[in-house]
Amino acid sequence: MSDFLRSYLTVGIFALLAVIMVALMLTLASVLRPERPQKQKYISYESGVDPVGEGWSQSRLRYYLFGLLFVMFDVEAVFIFPWATRLETYGVFGLVEMAIFIFILALGLFYAWRKRVLQWV
Amino acid sequence: MSAAASLSVFAVELAYWQQTAIKLVVVAIVIPTAALILGYVFLLKMMSFMQSRLGPMEAGPHGSLQLLADGLKFLQKEDVFPRRADRAVFALAPAVVLISTFLLYVVLPMGPDAVVSGLDAGLFFALAVASLSVIGVLMAGWGSANKYALMGGMRAAGQLIAYELPLVLAVMGVVIQAGTLDLNKIVVAQATGELFGWGGIGFPFILTQFVGFAIFLVAVQAELTQPPFDMPVAESELVGGYQVEYTGFRFLFFFMAEFGTAFAFAGIASVLFLGGWYVPGFDVDSNWLNLVGPIVMFVKIMAVSALIFWFRFTFPRLREDQLQKFAWKVLIPLSLLNIVMTGIFKVFV
Repeated sequence: MSDFLRSYLTVGIFALLAVIMVALMLTLASVLRPERPQKQKYISYESGVDPVGEGWSQSRLRYYLFGLLFVMFDVEAVFIFPWATRLETYGVFGLVEMAIFIFILALGLFYAWRKRVLQWV
Repeated sequence: MSAAASLSVFAVELAYWQQTAIKLVVVAIVIPTAALILGYVFLLKMMSFMQSRLGPMEAGPHGSLQLLADGLKFLQKEDVFPRRADRAVFALAPAVVLISTFLLYVVLPMGPDAVVSGLDAGLFFALAVASLSVIGVLMAGWGSANKYALMGGMRAAGQLIAYELPLVLAVMGVVIQAGTLDLNKIVVAQATGELFGWGGIGFPFILTQFVGFAIFLVAVQAELTQPPFDMPVAESELVGGYQVEYTGFRFLFFFMAEFGTAFAFAGIASVLFLGGWYVPGFDVDSNWLNLVGPIVMFVKIMAVSALIFWFRFTFPRLREDQLQKFAWKVLIPLSLLNIVMTGIFKVFV
C-alpha cells in the first residue's frame, strides 16, 4: 500500500476509534448505572411543564440566504488554497489573477450587502 | 504523542500496525486528559478567580479532581431517551461530534515525527473535519424532538456556516507565506525563516499574520460555540440547546468534544502562527525535538487557550443578528484583504 493511502487509512482507523470509545464508555456505564423506568422520565423537557404540540415545531429559519451565500463562498475558498501554496512560482501573474478573482468575490459580497441580504429579517 | 516520538528517538523500527496501535492509545489518552486540563485550569479555576470566587475546593487539592468526580457521577446516571426522540439519530449524534475531535488530532504535529499522520493537505483536512461537528450538533438538535434542542441545533448550524469562512480565509495568509498545507512543513518554514537576516528565533508567522491570528481566534471561539458566541447553547434561554435531553455519558461526550477541540484548535493556532514545536537552537529535524516539541507545544497551547477562555469569560453574549453581521461584514472582508496584502508582500518583498 502506498504511503498516501496508508496515511488516509490511519484517518479511517481514528474515526473508528472515536466510535469504539463511545461504545466502550457506554457499555461500561450500562453495567454500573441504574435502570428504573418511569413514564414521566421520558417526556420532553420544556421548562417543567407538559410539552405543547410536537417537538419538531415549526420555526423560522432566518439564515437560509446566508446559507446560500456560504455555499458559494466556501466553494470559492477552495480555489484559493492551491493558488496560495504555489504563489512563489506564479509570481506577479498569479497575484494579478487572484486579485481579479478576489475582486469578483468581494463584488458579490458587496452586491449581497447592498441588496440587504446581510440584513437580519 | 510523546510515545510516538520516542520511537524514532531510539531508532526502533515498528510495523505499521504497531505504530498505529501506539498512536491510538496515546490519542485516546490525550483527548480526555486535554479536556480535563482545560476544564479544570480555565473553566473551573480561571473563571472562578476572574469572578472573585474560589471555585470547587473539596475534591482533591484545590478541587483538582472535581471533573473526575463529575465523570464518576455521569457514570451512574440513567440513560434516558425521550419518548418521542428519533432514537438512532439521538444516539449517534455524540459519536459524530467526537469523530470530528479525534480526526483533528490526526494531523496535529507535536514534533518532526511526533504526528499521527502528516497529511500533505493537513491544514485543509483539519479545517474540513472541524466543520464535521456541525452535523453531529444538528443530529442532536433534531433527534431530541425538543423545541429548545431544535432551535439550538439550528442556531449552531447558522453560526458555524457564518464563521467557517473567516476561519478558512484567515489561515490563507499563512499558507501563502509557507507555500504548503502540510502542518509540519509550516513549522519548518517558520523555523528556517529569518527576521531581517537574523535567524535566531526563526520567523513566527504571527509577526506578519497578526490579523489572521485575531480572525482565527474569533472564528475558533464561534466554532466551539463558546461565549460570546454561545447562542446555540445559551443556558439562560435555551437551557443548553441541543444538549438539553442528554444525560450521563452522552452529555459527557459533548463536553469532551468541546474541550478536546478547543485544545486541538489552540494547537493548530500555535502551529500556524507561533512557530509550533520548534525550539530555537535545535536543528529542525533533530530527534530531540520529538521529546522537547510536545512540551513546547503544550506551553503554547495553554497560552492560546488562556486567550480563548479569557474572551469566553469576559464578553457578554452576542445576539444572533449581531453575530451574523460581525462575520459577514467585518471578518470576511477583513480576511479577504489580508489575503491580498499577504500575496502582494510575498511577491514584491
